[in-house]
Amino acid sequence: MHKIKRMLSRLGAGFVNKVWRLGAGARLFWLTLISSGESFRRFRLTVREVYFTGVMSLIIILVSAFFVGMVLALQGYQTLQKYGSSEAIGVLVALALVRELGPVVTALLFAGRAGTAITAEIGLMKATEQLSAMEMMAVSPIARVIAPRFWAGVIAMPILATLFSMVGILGGYLVAVPLIGVDAGAFWSQMQANVDWRHDILNGVFKSVVFGVACTMIALFEGYDAPPTAEGVSRATTRTVVTSSLAVLGLDFILTSFMISV
Amino acid sequence: MDRTTIDLWVGIFVALGLAALLGLAMKVGNLTTSSIGETYYVTANFENIGGLKPRAPVKSAGVVVGRVGEISFDPKTYEAVVSLNIDKRYGFPQDTFANIYTAGLLGEQYIGLEAGGDEQPLKNGDKITQTQDAVVLEKLISQFLYSKATESDDQPEKKSASTETDADSLDASPLDKISHK
Repeated sequence: MHKIKRMLSRLGAGFVNKVWRLGAGARLFWLTLISSGESFRRFRLTVREVYFTGVMSLIIILVSAFFVGMVLALQGYQTLQKYGSSEAIGVLVALALVRELGPVVTALLFAGRAGTAITAEIGLMKATEQLSAMEMMAVSPIARVIAPRFWAGVIAMPILATLFSMVGILGGYLVAVPLIGVDAGAFWSQMQANVDWRHDILNGVFKSVVFGVACTMIALFEGYDAPPTAEGVSRATTRTVVTSSLAVLGLDFILTSFMISV
Repeated sequence: MDRTTIDLWVGIFVALGLAALLGLAMKVGNLTTSSIGETYYVTANFENIGGLKPRAPVKSAGVVVGRVGEISFDPKTYEAVVSLNIDKRYGFPQDTFANIYTAGLLGEQYIGLEAGGDEQPLKNGDKITQTQDAVVLEKLISQFLYSKATESDDQPEKKSASTETDADSLDASPLDKISHK
């Protein structure tokens, strides 16, 4: 009886904690939105963060995109060739990348590469009381630190996802056409016939914008909320990756189900 | 890291992103091919459209001349009403024939237009009267199997009473009869 009571109260505490964190995250999101004027008036602040989150993530994004595209082409060819339609490899690679893999894998890599950096940076800023120092000087840390990073993530993610799709398709092309020997004309023409600008490409970009908001906001919140200790920052960094990945995959399902039902 | 270097790299980054989007639009997507410019629309009624979908191509002599617009159901005639958006550059005579074809054996379905000999061209909102339905593969296969089954029943016994052979072929699976042959 005592055990059950303890289990139930632990469950309740966990649930209350989750709801509290969700509310605190939503509050931080709202505060960021209303105090983001400075990150556009002093656009240099945002540009600096675009450099650290976007440009520095280019290498990992481009290299993984290239390999993902090549593997897709190899695997797709194995199956398509059984049905005598190996020319459709272009469609397969392009649709898989533009609709799903581009936005989702970019967001997962972004959470690992840039999200953790943001969390650790803000967590340490808090631990070393830089954020409190700013408040003492009447500088809002949300407007000065959080908002530029948020908008930088939202700007960088769609760019990274588009580059991912494009480089992935180039990787698929390299495997399919020179290596396997699929006809180059059929590869591109089938792709163009089946990939729609509005329903496939723009929807993919829209997805990546949503993922950009989610990943960056989660990373910022975890950093802002981290206990100001070494252990607290390390745990917050881990939570950033776990929560961002789950949020991206969940949001992806929801967005896709809305997009497909059209 | 000094300011100009950061600006330069971010500039390159954004330019790369825009170039990739442009590349996706032009090389991968159908932004260039789908813009068929000004169109006029005609409707056509079909008894069965099979798997025809909106935005499927409308072809004449194998060339894409338009796209399928809306597909709706007419509850009075129990027919499918398909509206076709055809490029203004291509005029078709009033007695144009509209068929639903399948690209390849299992590919997507499209509408093929065969021009007739009428002097009057089709105008915006006109209706194509001569249409041919989609070939439904299951129907075709069941017809084929049915005819095979009746054939193999008829040959050994030479029975002419068709009602009896019909009943026979319904009892047993048509596939068994084919393997007997």
